[in-house]
Amino acid sequence: MTAMTTASTTAPRTLFDKVWDAHVVQPLPDGWDLLHIDRHLLHDLSGTAGLRELAERGLPVRNPELAFATPDHAVSSAPGRTGQSFAGGVHLYQGLKLLTRGAGIRLFDLGQPGQGIVHVMGPELGIVQPGMTLICGDSHTCTNGALGAIAFGVGSSEVTHALASQTLVLRRPRTLRVHFDGLPGAGVGAKDLALAMIARLGASAGTGFAVEYAGEAVRAMEIEQRMTLCNLSIELGARIGMVAPDAKTEAYLRGRDFAPPEDRFAEATAYWRALPSDPGAVYAREARIDASAVAPTLTWGTSPEHAIAIDARIPDPADAADASQRQAWQGALDYMGLAAGAPLQGQRVDRVFIGSCTNSRLSDLREAATLLRGRRVASHVRAWVVPGSENVKRAAEREGLDRLFREAGFEWREPGCSMCVAANGEQAAPGERVVSTSNRNFVGRQGPGARTHLASPASAVAAALAGAIADPRSL
Amino acid sequence: MQPFTLLRGAAAPLAIDNVDTDVIVRIERLTSLARGALGPWAFEALRFRADGSEDPDFVLNQPRWREAPILVAGRNFGCGSSREGAVWALLARGIRCVIAESFGDIFHANCFQNGVLPIRLAPPELARAHAACTAEGPWQVDLRTQRIALPDGTALPFEVDPLRREALLEGLDDIGRTLKLRGAVDAWQARDRAARPWAWPAAAAPQS
Repeated sequence: MTAMTTASTTAPRTLFDKVWDAHVVQPLPDGWDLLHIDRHLLHDLSGTAGLRELAERGLPVRNPELAFATPDHAVSSAPGRTGQSFAGGVHLYQGLKLLTRGAGIRLFDLGQPGQGIVHVMGPELGIVQPGMTLICGDSHTCTNGALGAIAFGVGSSEVTHALASQTLVLRRPRTLRVHFDGLPGAGVGAKDLALAMIARLGASAGTGFAVEYAGEAVRAMEIEQRMTLCNLSIELGARIGMVAPDAKTEAYLRGRDFAPPEDRFAEATAYWRALPSDPGAVYAREARIDASAVAPTLTWGTSPEHAIAIDARIPDPADAADASQRQAWQGALDYMGLAAGAPLQGQRVDRVFIGSCTNSRLSDLREAATLLRGRRVASHVRAWVVPGSENVKRAAEREGLDRLFREAGFEWREPGCSMCVAANGEQAAPGERVVSTSNRNFVGRQGPGARTHLASPASAVAAALAGAIADPRSL
Repeated sequence: MQPFTLLRGAAAPLAIDNVDTDVIVRIERLTSLARGALGPWAFEALRFRADGSEDPDFVLNQPRWREAPILVAGRNFGCGSSREGAVWALLARGIRCVIAESFGDIFHANCFQNGVLPIRLAPPELARAHAACTAEGPWQVDLRTQRIALPDGTALPFEVDPLRREALLEGLDDIGRTLKLRGAVDAWQARDRAARPWAWPAAAAPQS
């Protein structure tokens, strides 16, 4: 009854508004808020930089118990790696260890359960929960919004600010709700839906917005698929992507290391269940995507918005909407070594990468391994699997997935960001064509001159087996 | 942080949409170089050809714009990665102001933490700015009056958030000001510990 009374006396609010409102420590002039940050993930690149900056200013970490650190960016993924394997990252790795120890921050070190890509670690350990605010010096922090949190990436100055004060000075973004109506067909997953959305709405459609994903297809997704969807929010331009918590969220979190303990779980779920948007809550913008009409989708160019259905032809700059788009398309074709009007299918592939905070979780590896069963990677393709975390790696090995990958001709590697961001020297050679389950096909992202096609794990497997871009529905 | 009041100099046209922070600076430069050393590596994917030589067609390689402190860009400049090194690389090259139709949200916030002024202009005004890049004579970007003076004397007014403007004019970042609100954070946390006890993990055990 209390909840109903509250609902009838206040304006209907969105999920985003409820979480934001609950974290305003103090409103500041001109529409700014001092916002409390409940969780802070630190990695070897921006985490080390933020901790160093804090030390240089002579400031302590205000709430070390709310920060969680792991090395992921500048560490090797080679089998048997140590923190010394990638020489260029040793100072960052050692810095993270030393500074977190000094500050009393939990660190999940190489080879230990918990280590992994920050955004795989956060949900996996139950660090992020519905209704929380979470930041990390990494733009794909939006991944964590799949659990119903406001989670977003920041630069290293804001990392330092949050370490010092456990707050950030922020202006409330506007809200955008994207509905995915209907259910996707066979061979079409969250990655395809996200790429199709970005192609439709554009890579800057979400700038200035917090996105909430809704609709039948999103409700039907498991939590790990929702993470894939939320992960790509930043490629739509949005710092924040969220999915309302539901029974799947509760089941996912129950029993995880840092999730509410059993004797407090009912109390926590009661709070979580009040978070979804009220009926009639108003979003600044709404968009609809027919999930049932989405085909396996890959990128052809150098922006995530350069995405097309697997059976489509590569666009012709002559058909661009304006001069700016025409120039961008032509530049992308030149960089990617592709001809306008050519089919995407059949483009010869040199490398396949299954990994990254987008698609490196156990469900991704299961899907990929299942499709591989009994088949071989094309002889000219170098194919890698980089599990998202030590826990994912161990769970996959218990199921024998590593064996399926190895037998098919994949390299089975150690957890980290690896070729997604190539901060550890793991990159493709100039001109090499890579089908990658990661999130960015920017010029030079996977190495100078490397040609990246973003794809789902299923499409990555199809490409690895065919030695060329291929339709996963044919497997 | 260096204050920003009045900036005078050339404006380089970079009329490309969706210039991402990977293109502004490669991540491997950030693992190996100090902030101040990033200047030569700004836009390396665009500045250099495959053989390592400078691409003379790229705007920042052309003599008149080599030292330009102003960049006139397109839509969604600085999208992608949160790396603050993108702003450091621009700064180390001497770029203190970027004018664009829109910016990646994280890059936009990072600019203000480093004394770089990002200015949003609507497409018609941005088109005028692009046209003025090739005119003779310096530009002036005045944050005090919120006006861009083009070489021909035309003024383009711009909006900037009052809080951000003040911080740039004074050369202040947020941390000092926020730490003065410590009492409010203490009070919020005390209330939250009571309301959401499950959301507060115990302190980490000391590491051996």
